[in-house]
Amino acid sequence: MITPQPAPATGPFLGKLSLDALPLHEPILVVTFIAVAIGGIAVLAAITKYRLWGWLWRDWLTTVDHKRIGIMYMILGLIMFLRGFADAIMMRLQQAMAFGGSEGYLPPHHYDQIFTAHGVIMIFFVAMPFITGLMNYIVPLQIGARDVSFPFLNNFSFWMTVSGAALTMISLFVGEYAQTGWLAYPPLSGIAYSPNVGVDYYIWGLQIAGVGTTLSGINLIVTILKLRAPGMGLMKMPVFTWTSLCANILIVASFPILTATLTLLALDRYAGTNFFTNDLGGSPMMYVNLIWIWGHPEVYILVLPLFGVYSEVTSTFSGKKLFGYTSMVYATICITILSYIVWLHHFFTMGSGASVNSFFGITTMVISIPTGAKLFNWLFTMYRGRIRFELPMMWTVAFMLTFVIGGMTGVLLAVPPADFVLHNSLFLIAHFHNVIIGGVLFGLFAAINYWWPKAFGFKLDVFWGKISFWCWVVGFWMAFMPLYILGLMGVTRRMRVFDDPSLQIWFVIAAIGAAVIAVGIAAMLIQFGVSIWRRKELADESGDPWGGRTLEWATSSPPPDYNFAFTPVIHSLDAWHDMKKRGHQRPVADFRDIHMPSNTGTGFILAAFCLVMGFALVWHIWWLVIASFVATIAYAIFHTFNYKRDFDIPAATVAAVEDVRTRHLAAGA
Amino acid sequence: MSADPHHAHAGDGPHEIEMPHASMRDYLIGFILSVILTAIPFWLVMERPLSDGATAAVIMVFAAVQIVVHMVFFLHMSPKAEGGWSITSLTFTIIIVVIMLAGSLWVMHHLNTNMMPSPHDMSQLP
Repeated sequence: MITPQPAPATGPFLGKLSLDALPLHEPILVVTFIAVAIGGIAVLAAITKYRLWGWLWRDWLTTVDHKRIGIMYMILGLIMFLRGFADAIMMRLQQAMAFGGSEGYLPPHHYDQIFTAHGVIMIFFVAMPFITGLMNYIVPLQIGARDVSFPFLNNFSFWMTVSGAALTMISLFVGEYAQTGWLAYPPLSGIAYSPNVGVDYYIWGLQIAGVGTTLSGINLIVTILKLRAPGMGLMKMPVFTWTSLCANILIVASFPILTATLTLLALDRYAGTNFFTNDLGGSPMMYVNLIWIWGHPEVYILVLPLFGVYSEVTSTFSGKKLFGYTSMVYATICITILSYIVWLHHFFTMGSGASVNSFFGITTMVISIPTGAKLFNWLFTMYRGRIRFELPMMWTVAFMLTFVIGGMTGVLLAVPPADFVLHNSLFLIAHFHNVIIGGVLFGLFAAINYWWPKAFGFKLDVFWGKISFWCWVVGFWMAFMPLYILGLMGVTRRMRVFDDPSLQIWFVIAAIGAAVIAVGIAAMLIQFGVSIWRRKELADESGDPWGGRTLEWATSSPPPDYNFAFTPVIHSLDAWHDMKKRGHQRPVADFRDIHMPSNTGTGFILAAFCLVMGFALVWHIWWLVIASFVATIAYAIFHTFNYKRDFDIPAATVAAVEDVRTRHLAAGA
Repeated sequence: MSADPHHAHAGDGPHEIEMPHASMRDYLIGFILSVILTAIPFWLVMERPLSDGATAAVIMVFAAVQIVVHMVFFLHMSPKAEGGWSITSLTFTIIIVVIMLAGSLWVMHHLNTNMMPSPHDMSQLP
């Protein structure tokens, strides 16, 4: 039984912050800190030695170019992925060890933070940056735009996401992270049961990142609706753009709910309100209800863009147009709407009656219909196609096989009586890892292998890519099939120690699976390194290495700052395929000045102020909260007086860039 | 983004973006209506001419009307604004809000029914 704990003392100058906040008594964290510090100093020293600070600031940190922002999102996702995976492997090791009286190597306080941080980081700071980065990079190219609708806002959104991630990372070394599980259910996350700063780090990290996510959602919706090339009607948009549109609509419609819910939780913790407490009319169940109204659409936010990726990849590597484009679009829209009326399946056991549970059980099962339609569309696209098993296609096939199993266990969990047996068990854990790894991550790897040549001008190494692929797929099955079995035997999630020795073998198999995945991750990092090293051999001058069908393959790799010298006119779905078929000639003369937005450091600076404010809020350093809040508002107003917002790329520069491309194309032909 | 001539034609058709004609008159009408719609609920609560239930109901109705006033006079929404996108997104918003509110009320009501046993039932529990 958890009992309320007294709140720690606070001082006027540093709030709750004191030297006690440093986890000097936890050797794992001290060693991690030393390693991170040495690595960080090495990176900073390297940047200084090679005099890269100016380049980094001018060309990357302040950029408003959607392509560079997209790449920075991917880098953020990759870094946070390594952190999230480190948490995963620590949990697997703990659970494989803690049998027969052994306590394992993680004390409860640390273990509980790890499983919370793993979930939060993987969803908010890995999957979200990855898909946002992907959409940022690809969508404007696919619709023939020069940039997103609001380039500065895009930069600001990115830095707010980084700010949230940074606050979450700071919790590793200053204070602690939440020990509540990734959705921080009250009353456990209330001030009475979590008096320390862990939950506050959780709240403010997500609130800051949430600003970025919502704004980038708005930005991409407007971009897709307003900046399409002439002739590209809604039903001529590439499927990836369609799924991105639906995912961003979901973002804009659902993230405000998360923001509101976390604000209420923050009021409970900071202002003594009773929205989610057990007293004075509060209801913790309302929190569970609200957070899942956001939470369920969130999983579709993650997976929908990847459904788009699979569609592009399947069509390209089968050498056919996508089977059932229209049904694909309508299936996506159906999923978008349906994802709003299924949230209760996350808490069937909370005490609703049969009528409520049946309604949400049935709506949940109904979602599998449009999803199934998509799967058949991909299979029919492959049917009688000339399939090339390049890396993106391999990931897509692995997705189909894996995701189907995850989908079927999902339908199983959607049956309320079955859920009463399986809820909160490792079966559930296996299910959602099955759909998130099999659906989202495999799709991201397909996308990275598919669009890497577009972003950097050279293909990724196939040998290391295949090693990574097989390790990931085999490792995934080894790591999560035992969890299904354990879940069916009744093992609950988030356990730290076990009594029954017969269970240990399954945890050991799962831990070995996680180790195989670790090899897969290492192989992927080596793949990136080797490919950069051998970039001359792997170079692609054509800009269209796969025989692509959509507009992003019409421009050079990497695309010039302005994407397209002339905005293409669209006559058909699969615009680039249509242009190739009609013998499209690239314009080589009569270039004009191109109007572009200017870089600005405002997004970085505002997000830095917000990071300080978040930290001050966590530690109750009120003077700093006020100071950083005032600074944020003042700097935002100051930025409105910045009139140097745009510039023209002279026609001569455009001509020079395009001439280089003409020579490359001639050399390749 | 830019004032690039190529992009002036972007979008899905011939209709250009038409900024609504915001006039001082619209803002004044909106402001006066808002003041009236805010003042009446305040008066109702302070003077209590109606029963509690009726007061709550009237305040809710005034709040809903207030939302419409803001959308029409301050946000200049109409079925034609922004080539129909404005009304489309409003419809979507309403659908989501209705799903959320109605769903939450239904769910929470059911939870209360099943999870709050009366004192008599409590005594039966082991």
